Amino acid sequence: MSGVSVTKAAEDAAPAGDDLVVLSNVNKHFGALHVLQDIDLTIARGEVVVVIGPSGSGKSTLCRTINRLETIDSGAITIDGKPLPQEGKELARLRSDVGMVFQSFNLFAHKTVLENVMLGQLKVRRTDKAAAEQKARSLLDRVGVATQADKYPSQLSGGQQQRVAIARALAMDPKVMLFDEPTSALDPEMINEVLEVMQQLARDGMTMVVVTHEMGFARSAANRVVFMADGKIVEEAVPDQFFSNPRSDRAKDFLSKILHH
Amino acid sequence: MEAREIVFDFLEGYDLLGAFWVTVKLTVYSALGALIWGTLLAGMRVGPVPLMRGFGTAYVNIVRNIPLTVIIVFASLGLFQTLQVTLGGGDNFETVNFRLAVLSLALYTAAFVCEALRSGINTVPAGQAEAARALGLSFTQVLRLIILPQAFRSVVNPLANVLIALTKNTTVAAAIGVVEAAYLMKDMIEAEAQLILISAIFAFGFICLTLPTGLVLGWVSKKVAVKR
Repeated sequence: MSGVSVTKAAEDAAPAGDDLVVLSNVNKHFGALHVLQDIDLTIARGEVVVVIGPSGSGKSTLCRTINRLETIDSGAITIDGKPLPQEGKELARLRSDVGMVFQSFNLFAHKTVLENVMLGQLKVRRTDKAAAEQKARSLLDRVGVATQADKYPSQLSGGQQQRVAIARALAMDPKVMLFDEPTSALDPEMINEVLEVMQQLARDGMTMVVVTHEMGFARSAANRVVFMADGKIVEEAVPDQFFSNPRSDRAKDFLSKILHH
Repeated sequence: MEAREIVFDFLEGYDLLGAFWVTVKLTVYSALGALIWGTLLAGMRVGPVPLMRGFGTAYVNIVRNIPLTVIIVFASLGLFQTLQVTLGGGDNFETVNFRLAVLSLALYTAAFVCEALRSGINTVPAGQAEAARALGLSFTQVLRLIILPQAFRSVVNPLANVLIALTKNTTVAAAIGVVEAAYLMKDMIEAEAQLILISAIFAFGFICLTLPTGLVLGWVSKKVAVKR
């Protein structure tokens, strides 16, 4: 019964044959640690996949391999049908189509908020300045920080910085957005303002891979939950099923620890 | 005759300002050269190409460990007198020696600029480069637009030290006959009896050059510091 519902939901989210990100048989080691073990994961266009799991399970590493901030030892990753190239011009072009939001925001500290959102457009897309500024301002407006455009990142709260970081990534018109624990460095009262922006993005049909500990977000925004532990994908399911009726003992154990205090 | 004139009349006939002007020109030209070459070297040392990394490392470790005097004398004896490298100075010894001195000072000081800058690069969090790469910027763009601007701001004070050292190091150019402050001082000491006073005047002259450098750049350093 449960298997049927997974298939159906996946079909609802995206028609078969429109796979945007495909990881097949991916392996990676950090020294002796086998951090990614035979990872197979397919993300369809328009799909929101939330990756959860205990610390050290490899979920951030998985996220970072998708735009090759981490290299892999074996296996293959393709984005929109193209395999990830070696470091160089090709890879840079591919990265410009993959938005990334980091746990620690990583806004360019010596540039204003507006300059942060314009930089990629000007230097990678070669957009002209007026158009870049207009787009940057409208994106800043969309994430609710339009009034902060001329400030420096250090003058903003964490939640504001993370929303600027989302705007910076969106300015490239990415095919897919990667979120690497986007709310983990935020004070509790700022988490929701970031999650709301992400919810809206998901509703607008953005393809998203989200590594997070926010189970509420996973429940409400995800098409699919991927549960990782010890470098392996242990379980994949639609959120309702995963949270109410996890199949694996590892997932049951994990959920029992985070959901019931 | 006033007392002031009697004490300082030995200065007559010497072009003190002219000599210090040569010192200033040596400093400015070699500082520019060192800044550019040092930045390129730092770029090589943090870059992804092993050959360039190797070259940068070897350059810095060789050049900074050779006495400046040896480098400058080699430029004059080796480059000029043996290999006839004149740097466009033609038959004019003065011009050739000046240019060789600038070249030597720039090549030598670049090693120190490179290392100051490299320590600055290490103060820029890795996330800055990751975010820039994730946007699709190339390695040189990441370096030029994100890393170096932040690195420079964090090493203004160490670079001021390098600049002050360079200003004083220009005195070595006297060894190959560039008529700058130290050359004139040697001349005057040989011809006049006011040894201590002459030394004091030149010491004061150098302080006039270097003290403002330190103070101004100290202020600049605070002004441009990147807040995180």
